[in-house]
Amino acid sequence: MDEILAEKKVVRHPKKKKQPITWDLIKSQNQLVWMSVPLLLYIILFAYVPVWGWTMAFQDYRPGRAFNDQKWVGFKQFKFLLTDDNFLRVLRNTFAMGLINLILGFVTAIVLALLLNEIRKVFWKRAVQTISYLPHFLSWIIVTGIVATSLSINDGIVNIVLMKLHLIREPILWLSEGKYFWGIVGASHVWKEVGWNTIIYLAAIASVDPALYEAAEIDGANRYKKMRFVTLPGIKATIVILLIMSVGHVLEAGFEVQYLLGNGLIVDWSETIDIFVLKYGIAQGNYSLATAGGIFKTVVSITLLLFANWTAKRLGEERLL
Amino acid sequence: MGNQQISPQKTAGIVIKKRLGSSGMEPILFNTFNTIFMIILVTVTLYPFLNTIAVSFNAGNDTIRGGIYLWPRIWTTQNYKAVFVTGTIYDAFWVSVARTVLSTILNIFLTTMLAYTLSRKEYVFRKSITVIFVLTMYFSAGLIPGYFLIKNLHLLNSFWVYVLPSMVSAFNMIVIRTYIGTIPESLLESAKIDGAGDFKIFIRIIFPLCKPVLATVALFVAVGAWNSWFDAFLYTSSRQELSTLQYELMKLLSSTMNSNSNPNVAAGVGMNQNSAQAMVTPLSIRAAVTIVASVPILVVYPFMQKYFVVGLNVGSVKE
Repeated sequence: MDEILAEKKVVRHPKKKKQPITWDLIKSQNQLVWMSVPLLLYIILFAYVPVWGWTMAFQDYRPGRAFNDQKWVGFKQFKFLLTDDNFLRVLRNTFAMGLINLILGFVTAIVLALLLNEIRKVFWKRAVQTISYLPHFLSWIIVTGIVATSLSINDGIVNIVLMKLHLIREPILWLSEGKYFWGIVGASHVWKEVGWNTIIYLAAIASVDPALYEAAEIDGANRYKKMRFVTLPGIKATIVILLIMSVGHVLEAGFEVQYLLGNGLIVDWSETIDIFVLKYGIAQGNYSLATAGGIFKTVVSITLLLFANWTAKRLGEERLL
Repeated sequence: MGNQQISPQKTAGIVIKKRLGSSGMEPILFNTFNTIFMIILVTVTLYPFLNTIAVSFNAGNDTIRGGIYLWPRIWTTQNYKAVFVTGTIYDAFWVSVARTVLSTILNIFLTTMLAYTLSRKEYVFRKSITVIFVLTMYFSAGLIPGYFLIKNLHLLNSFWVYVLPSMVSAFNMIVIRTYIGTIPESLLESAKIDGAGDFKIFIRIIFPLCKPVLATVALFVAVGAWNSWFDAFLYTSSRQELSTLQYELMKLLSSTMNSNSNPNVAAGVGMNQNSAQAMVTPLSIRAAVTIVASVPILVVYPFMQKYFVVGLNVGSVKE
């Protein structure tokens, strides 16, 4: 009974400025504590404890040796990475594909959302939307399978269509030439996610004040002008926020597509940091170097995120952190 | 139009009706262009999928000749029989089902429980626990340290590696917590006056009321679990009986891609002797597995559409 009373009291008077955390207070909330603290310990174990492993990047880590017996080497691994042609190439690939995905993803989703918004027949609009979400739910394994089949030299639909349209004379070996690879990755991302990415924009468009359209119409604005001067400015805030949020993810250029579609012929164009880490760490057992690569990626990502957050603040937009 | 309180959806409808009023050649031109564009979009989205269905029902040795588009040339269900008869893929299917069901149930229950505690404004650890969870959305220890953790926890080559590392997600927690915030406080207070503790309130009131948002989160979690292959590749690849459907599909994909020039070479991969007749090739098996792996999700998601649109917007606004 005491417990219930205590809780009720707390509910009635939500903390008056810095209520001290007392043992009694914690006790009175023991159910909340039991419901959340085990999960807190869980997330600390699975998300925070592994950060200890970052020490490996500053050692010449040898498996089987006690922690105290490891040889500390300072920034040697990082220095090696930043002078290693292989890593620099991997870094270039990651940045390039991340940027391509970012820009292509944004432009296509906004254009598609604007065009979907212009469809009058509700049923047709719903149908197109539902179908456009479909690839989002397929795994990357399935999507890369589809991409590989479509680009195949023997029977791939892309080559067949391009030949029929007389755009090319003979089938192209899409997946054997590095110069196509970044584009293929970008196009695969668009194919998979463009429909899904319109959801947020469509919601933003729906909340644009209809009076603005009416006013524009009275002023004689046609459809393009309404799109350009009412809809687009109306969803500008959403675009900016999403753009800023994505900046922190530029290095998340993807792992699965590159790993699954990449092959020996185009390895110079397809390998990303994640694949580098996997190759050096898991396959070759060079844990220190691989961990250093991973840390490098995390640090750059967090820096970009903080920069984006700072920019958002400067622009007067809602901050993320 | 006199109604002052109109929802965004309704106003959008009104705008559409209004704009229908404009006449002349220009809208017709635009509509035609737009319709053509949408037809191309729908075709590009659906064609690869329909093509895969056709290949999955076509005799494997015939598919190699090429020219299968939307309809099988030599109709057969042999590919599906091979999938469901042979040991490896059939077993992998059930491993995938088990991990998906278990992950979804655990994830929903635990994440909602956490979200409820973190929605209680009076809770002393509310702020600190929230921060610790939210930070996990922005950094990760990385592949190698993560691998060592799994190894040290003796989860390598164990089924539980599919479930344990992803039981609670910060992003889903925020989505659910935002939804809980819309439940009237008076409802909870009256339950408290009736003597219900927080756990009881969570089970009896919060859980049932959160159904719409939980439908969304369950879909996301289930899709994620069903589609993942990397954990099988990294942690359990030395135990065949723990392989998942997506990982088997990945093996089929690499075998067919590497034998691109001569698809006959890789015949026999992923099949036992029973089905390795001329009718079935890795390519045709892959098509059948692709369909088996995607149909469960594709049957469900159209019905969840109205939920996930809401869920996604809540998550994006509050992140």
